[in-house]
Amino acid sequence: MTAIVELIPIEVTVNGRQRTLSVASHHTLLDVLRDDLQLTGAKECCLVGECGACTVSLNGRIVDSCLVLAVEADGGQVTTAEGLASDGRLNPLQEAFLEKGAVQCGFCIPGQVVAAQDLLARTPQPTVAEIQEGLAGNLCRCGCYEQITDAVLAAAGEAER
Amino acid sequence: MQPFTYARPATVAETVALLQEHGPEARLLAGGTDLIIRLRDGSVRPTVVVDVKRVAELDPAIRTIDGRLRIGATTVMTDIIADEVVRWQFPALAEAAAVVGSVQIRNRATLAGNICNASPAADTAPALLVYGAEVIVAGIEGERRIPIDALFVRSGLTTLARGEMLTAIDLPLPTRRTGSVHLRRTRRRGHDLASVTLCCSVDEAGTTRIAYGSVGPRPVLVVDESGVLADPDSSSEATAAVFERLFADALPSPRSMRASPEYRLAMLRVLGDRARRTALDRLAGR
Repeated sequence: MTAIVELIPIEVTVNGRQRTLSVASHHTLLDVLRDDLQLTGAKECCLVGECGACTVSLNGRIVDSCLVLAVEADGGQVTTAEGLASDGRLNPLQEAFLEKGAVQCGFCIPGQVVAAQDLLARTPQPTVAEIQEGLAGNLCRCGCYEQITDAVLAAAGEAER
Repeated sequence: MQPFTYARPATVAETVALLQEHGPEARLLAGGTDLIIRLRDGSVRPTVVVDVKRVAELDPAIRTIDGRLRIGATTVMTDIIADEVVRWQFPALAEAAAVVGSVQIRNRATLAGNICNASPAADTAPALLVYGAEVIVAGIEGERRIPIDALFVRSGLTTLARGEMLTAIDLPLPTRRTGSVHLRRTRRRGHDLASVTLCCSVDEAGTTRIAYGSVGPRPVLVVDESGVLADPDSSSEATAAVFERLFADALPSPRSMRASPEYRLAMLRVLGDRARRTALDRLAGR
């Protein structure tokens, strides 16, 4: 017996752009972002919600997009790392990641910057402990935690001035 | 991930009807932070996934009703941590919710899901046991209330019957002055599951309630009415003797990867002692 995969129509706003899509029930938001919308910033990695490489913002809150069905995002607003830059210019947090050398292999960085942007939106002047807690769900195998923390502190300082 | 039919009911009645119709072939989806992992690894293979997040009656607001704080089935950890009444009246629940997973997980994971999965290591279970929570359950024949202590059976199994769903969790507002705290041990700081998780409350009448998890097939509630633990001046010998009695039934699994049974039993006593001291400090307003 061949399983018939049901396609479900959804409407979702991704990085400010309204999208109408047909998604399989068992495809995740990550699958749809990467495969249907070619937004490959969010990465597929652990697939169990531990590494944070797939972090995106959904309705103003960061989520592991590997643990959200695409159909659950119906009617929602999604921001990916691609949505942080505007007019081809990196935002101050992204610039700070470059400035502080926080990017080594780069695989985790789209998730890191989305999580860090969310942290700064909630806590504009975070302490080091708050940054560590805010980014606890984003692992970096290169071990750039010091530089990532520095970048978030620098971006917060930049905003202060 | 194997395909399934996705259902998005608008009412509790529709949800219950789907559960009744599909039985074990249906799985409820709230936050999905456990379910989607299990759908992907194939350890559950439902034909129908029922998303309850748009059920009108399950709106995620936390509210006070008739001397109880009501937390809905779709309320996520982030909102529990931020709620002023939870922080003031049930601080151990806020503390427990704050150590679940990461920001990303807490933005999705629900208290109801944490409870219904019935993991022995569920961080919020000890606080709910200590605070005497009740869960409200809807079924085809209407609603019933289950004391949280009567909900857990063993890992993955609750006393919910076929066709039943948890719709809310009620916490009775304390009528006595109480100090309480949640503590846990993990392998590493940050995002990890508990090797031991424990909550303790002491009230002004001298009752000490302790609940612990990850030290047996289900989280366990024990109560000390002797007043020994509630007395800040009790000797360490006296309190140790009470802890021995309270923790006598702890039965950690020898097969867990996270910690050995010996470690868990030793840490249970350490956490019990620390939690008692903090609960006493909080009761005294220190």
